[in-house]
Amino acid sequence: MKFISFLIDGINLGSVYAVIALGYTMVYGIAKMLNFAHGDVIMVGGFASFFATSAMGVNPLVSVLIAMVVCTILGIVIEELAYRPLRNAASSLAVLITAIGVSYFLQNTALLIFGSAPKQFNSVVNIPMLMLFDGRIKISGETMVTVISCIIIMVCLTLFIHKTKSGQAMLAVSEDKGAAKLMGINVNFTIGLTFAIGSGLAAIAGVLLCSTYPTLSPYTGSMPGIKAFVAAVFGGIGSIPGAFIGGLLLGIIEILSKAYISSQLSDAIVFGVLILVLMIKPTGILGKKLQEKV
Amino acid sequence: MALLEVQNLGISFGGLRAVDDFNLKIEKGQLYGLIGPNGAGKTTVFNLLTGVYKPGMGIIKLDDQDITSKKNIEINEAGIARTFQNIRLFKELSVIDNVKVGLHNQYHYSTVTGILRLPKYKKIEKEMEEKALSLLEVFDLDKEKDTLASNLPYGKQRKLEIARALATNPKLLLLDEPAAGMNPNETKELMDTIRFVRDKFEMTILLIEHDMKLVSGICERLTVLNFGRVLCEGPTSEVLNNPEVIKAYLGE
Repeated sequence: MKFISFLIDGINLGSVYAVIALGYTMVYGIAKMLNFAHGDVIMVGGFASFFATSAMGVNPLVSVLIAMVVCTILGIVIEELAYRPLRNAASSLAVLITAIGVSYFLQNTALLIFGSAPKQFNSVVNIPMLMLFDGRIKISGETMVTVISCIIIMVCLTLFIHKTKSGQAMLAVSEDKGAAKLMGINVNFTIGLTFAIGSGLAAIAGVLLCSTYPTLSPYTGSMPGIKAFVAAVFGGIGSIPGAFIGGLLLGIIEILSKAYISSQLSDAIVFGVLILVLMIKPTGILGKKLQEKV
Repeated sequence: MALLEVQNLGISFGGLRAVDDFNLKIEKGQLYGLIGPNGAGKTTVFNLLTGVYKPGMGIIKLDDQDITSKKNIEINEAGIARTFQNIRLFKELSVIDNVKVGLHNQYHYSTVTGILRLPKYKKIEKEMEEKALSLLEVFDLDKEKDTLASNLPYGKQRKLEIARALATNPKLLLLDEPAAGMNPNETKELMDTIRFVRDKFEMTILLIEHDMKLVSGICERLTVLNFGRVLCEGPTSEVLNNPEVIKAYLGE
């Protein structure tokens, strides 16, 4: 029974990682860049929701929408100001380093405005705990909401990318920007849209993360951001179901190793598993096969 | 009034004048050929016409509208579509989706409409599907509509590229070596396809080609490019018998 409740905790954490990883993987898959600031957009989403509820007293669910709007705009602004000018840079390292810079910029701006003291985040979820087997297994409202929203997001994202015009344009841009432009696709708009959606998802992830682990500080997003990146690579970066599976597995491994092995070593184990997976399958669990040119 | 009018077009890469003082006039409905030895600057001309490169000098006019130095997407909107020497399909997309991407500049609904799947989304997606299918039928690709583009045989990939370009609703179609890598039978079929496209869509076509059978078979007029400059210009049979042209191709 203990094992099952650990497993449930793992699925909860894993679903949060999965939502973050979906944003990572989408931006990578389409814009072909690693947005290392993604984790910090999560933190901004957390703060937006926090201030909407505590300072302005809005309904927690409305605060999620506010957080999404804030993060979506932030994502578009970051892309426009920091990444777009480097789109044609000779080396893809330029934009990678800029992304790390944006990450520190967001963290330190938050530090300046909100201070370093962690804030108590009130969960936006207002659903009673589910008791199973005479209360031996408890599933919190947060867990249910997190897992369900993660699945809904994944399904919607898949439908959006494969069944709508904007999604199709994204796939075309991801394959060949030059050809897409010549076929009348607005590449800048499409990449901006990718960042907007990725950042909107980051806001949801931020609220879910802070609801499950109710402290909020300027550094809240950085470690989950890195873990979610690992999850995305683990599942095969660029693949949406891969991010989902990678996130879930990562969360479960982390919680189980905290529970049964050592809580200090849990991060080492998580990254160790990543190294192992990449040694056996370099493109990740659901990654595309690398084509060998002969 | 010519559909395409190019005057004094030029571009340099470093010290190399890749295209110099290039002039071209194509009438509406014409099948026009651009030929010349390897490295003469033919594809560079295509890249200048479609805005991949910004010309160093000269004017490009399409239908009396100045499109010099416009962005790719604006030039596409103005009515120039192209295919590529080394096929550049969206390989991971299905055949029909490749054509649908070409239709994007004419069919519009907002992203939010798409996410919420409003009735407008369904209506426009259905129209796009029908339009794309009708284009695929023209090229006899409708049975393979759900195949991944990368899984099509070579000759059909070339056809799909033409279909995708036509989907953008151009006035002028640029074909960059459409017969490259094709066997004689495929080339013959391609010649029929190109003629058919011109007649059915009342299209103006400019093509680059090395296959002289194809060039002499379907092109009405030719421009010969050598070392970035126009060597000669005129009706196909005249140009191909010009001693200067023969010299450029075969040497002294």
